[in-house]
Amino acid sequence: MGRSWRNFFRRGKEEEAQPPVATEEREAPAAGPEEEPSGGWFGRLRQGLRRSRESVVGQLNAAVAEFRDADDEEFWERVEEILIASDVGVPTTAKLVQQLEQEALERNITGAGELRRLLIEHAARMLEGPVEIDLSHRPTVILMVGVNGTGKTTTIGKLARHLPARKVMFAAGDTFRAAAIEQLQKWGERVGAPVIARERGADAAAVAHDAVEAAKREGVDVLIVDTAGRLHTKINLMAELEKVRRVIGRQLPGAPHEVLLTVDATTGQNGLRQAKMFKDVAGVTGVVLTKLDGTAKGGIALAIADEVGLPIKLVSVGEGVEDLHPFDARQFAEALFGEL
Amino acid sequence: MFDTLSERLNTALEGVRGSGTLTEEQVKKVTREIRLALLEADVNYGVVKEFVGRVRERATGAEVSKALSPGQQVVKIVHEELANLMGGSAHKLSYASRPPTVVMLAGLNGHGKTTAAGKLALFVRKQGKNPFLVACDTYRPAAVDQLKQIGRELGVPVYDEGTEAPPEEIAERGVKAARDGGYDFVIVDTAGRQVVDTEMMEELKRVRKACRPHSVLLVLDVVTGQTAVEVAQAFQEYADFDGMILTKLDGDARGGAALSVVSVTGRPVRFASEGEKMGEFDYFYPDRMAGRILGMGDVLTLIEKAEAQMDRREAEAQSKKLMAGKLTFEDFLQQMQMIKKMGPLSGILGMLPGIGQQLKDVQIDDRMLNRVEAMITSMTPQERRNPKLLQNPSRVRRIARGSGTSPQDVQRLVRQFNEMQKMMRQMGKGGGMPRIPKMPFGMR
Ligand SMILES: Nc1nc2c(ncn2[C@@H]2O[C@H](COP(=O)(O)OP(=O)(O)OP(=O)(O)O)[C@@H](O)[C@H]2O)c(=O)[nH]1
Ligand SMILES: Nc1nc2c(ncn2[C@@H]2O[C@H](COP(=O)(O)OP(=O)(O)OP(=O)(O)O)[C@@H](O)[C@H]2O)c(=O)[nH]1
Ligand SMILES: [Mg+2]
Ligand SMILES: [Mg+2]
Repeated sequence: MGRSWRNFFRRGKEEEAQPPVATEEREAPAAGPEEEPSGGWFGRLRQGLRRSRESVVGQLNAAVAEFRDADDEEFWERVEEILIASDVGVPTTAKLVQQLEQEALERNITGAGELRRLLIEHAARMLEGPVEIDLSHRPTVILMVGVNGTGKTTTIGKLARHLPARKVMFAAGDTFRAAAIEQLQKWGERVGAPVIARERGADAAAVAHDAVEAAKREGVDVLIVDTAGRLHTKINLMAELEKVRRVIGRQLPGAPHEVLLTVDATTGQNGLRQAKMFKDVAGVTGVVLTKLDGTAKGGIALAIADEVGLPIKLVSVGEGVEDLHPFDARQFAEALFGEL
Repeated sequence: MFDTLSERLNTALEGVRGSGTLTEEQVKKVTREIRLALLEADVNYGVVKEFVGRVRERATGAEVSKALSPGQQVVKIVHEELANLMGGSAHKLSYASRPPTVVMLAGLNGHGKTTAAGKLALFVRKQGKNPFLVACDTYRPAAVDQLKQIGRELGVPVYDEGTEAPPEEIAERGVKAARDGGYDFVIVDTAGRQVVDTEMMEELKRVRKACRPHSVLLVLDVVTGQTAVEVAQAFQEYADFDGMILTKLDGDARGGAALSVVSVTGRPVRFASEGEKMGEFDYFYPDRMAGRILGMGDVLTLIEKAEAQMDRREAEAQSKKLMAGKLTFEDFLQQMQMIKKMGPLSGILGMLPGIGQQLKDVQIDDRMLNRVEAMITSMTPQERRNPKLLQNPSRVRRIARGSGTSPQDVQRLVRQFNEMQKMMRQMGKGGGMPRIPKMPFGMR
């Protein structure tokens, strides 16, 4: 039932299925639905959710159990409260509740179970989007962006392990933060990807330039470019990001082919502004929702999908390589509201 | 942007004018708006409930003063309650009577602990302390390198044992090394963790025991959402923190999490981290946070100050003009004179929503006001009302002579005034906060 890595990447016609990038560490199981350990990432996600969410789920349970008919004001108010407590935010919560309420009335739904299914269905529909990552270019360039500390560098390391590509290369585009280059290099060693870097303080666009050149020269399949964390409110830093993007495009028309934005699931409503600004400036193509292994419900993803129109492509449920997974809207919705 | 709580409340209270008291019905409308505003600011919904209950009590039957609109009146109550909750004044750091003072930092992944460790070291060194850093994050790739690089740049020694030893042992030996070396302020950096990971939380407990800190600070990213409550409660249980460092305040998150945490743990925010550079760190001033959460800077303090200086109608008319970008040099002069009565200019501008941050690097010299005032008073009334006339070089020369400044000074004032107009128009249209151009007072 877990969305498999195998269907996650869109590849060129002429390409055969290729083994994942060679590495020393091989403890991570080859991806695929059948090969997921029992429970899989979804189980783990749900476990995290369950542990911390007992109260919320309990409440929703109680709300559903109490549900009598669709005019029940109090019931809807409680559903609202539960959505809010998951960081879905006021506008998206209002929208979701309104849709549900209307449908419940129209279809004269009175059963708790049915209503729960409806809730999940609506949330899932909101979250559905094109999740695949396009790897049909050679090299395919993926640019990683996001505010500080949200998980860009870690995601790069993890993603490399799952890419069905022979040659993966990293670019150390965070030339600002202390030991950012070393951090990416450690990941490079771990997953067997060479890292193109300059000294700390160098121009990030110059690093990107070097990397695209090297990737072309060396016949790399996928180049992933790390960037420094930046708050979306910093005009000069956002301009720098635009420049990195531009330089990549000049070196390789059509690139970057994917621009992934990391959003920390702990984030509240500010996540919306982050997504809007990064989409405008950096041309984000999808979101990686990180740190879902914590207590946060990640409801901001719903608001981002709904209000900003960005698809969630990947979820991260830990710091290890095996903790990155393709996003599945229905599973996510179920993990949020399931087991009622 | 200017959809502030106070405006929304005014809409909710339309029809209520002048003195009188708020009816129950009005209070109900009002509490709904407050609830929404706080939820939008990421205050935990449980905390919101409790808080709104208290405001409802105070607002019912509250006198509406003549000087304020009913909306403003309620905002004032909300603001007071918020500020009370956050604690009145800054919570300063205390030092151990027998040095070294040991401070341990803890928090979720990526919230800014390692950066804060460096910042705190720099901060206490400026207060005459001799800081020392201990690297206990053995998990994140290059976490030790990160702290070492920060230490090297600041010239603060960093104790590390690589990534093999258990963090609690590193912590213990690190503190000892600091004591032996005669350092009087030790900062222990720990790995980021999630609170559902009980193993990692138990480890934190052990680190705490091993380094025996005088203070444990929870490092919390200001963007944190509803989960702040669970997170803070868990860190309280396992690490018994006594205060917080709120990070990434240089962004535009409203920061309701700060309120959530303070209200459920009773632990104050002690420090504010406002940037990636080491110097961008200071004590936290709770009163400023209340306005931020309400999405209105310290507009309220501004309202209060203005109340004393100017009647409300005039203030409203002026702010409308300002937002429409129709301000003239005459209004400007009048405001400047009012502002001078109100106190240092940088303080006032810092209170405006969104502006405070952007003006951080702009030095505003109150003496400049006098020169600007001199230039404006040297303008003819026509010129003050129609700044376009000031394109004319001979007018500019005359004003410069009259005010004892140079024509360049006058031209710069005019240019910057125009830029400000444009910016205000944009803000008025709700286009968000554009980059602030140099303010007319920012000239050298
Ligand atoms: N628990 C958990 N931690 C994560 C996850 N993803 C990343 N992290 C941790 O979050 C912290 C920050 O991750 P980084 O990858 O350095 O984040 P970044 O966006 O590159 O940070 P900057 O480059 O400083 O902006 C590290 O401690 C990571 O190990 C996740 O899914 N779960
Ligand atoms: N804009 C801004 N960035 C900050 C601030 N504090 C920290 N950062 C950035 O946030 C990111 C994460 O900071 P770290 O200090 O590595 O966070 P950490 O809590 O030590 O992370 P882990 O050890 O991985 O849990 C880095 O990019 C920092 O430069 C701040 O106040 N403002
Ligand atoms: Mg990084
Ligand atoms: Mg750290």
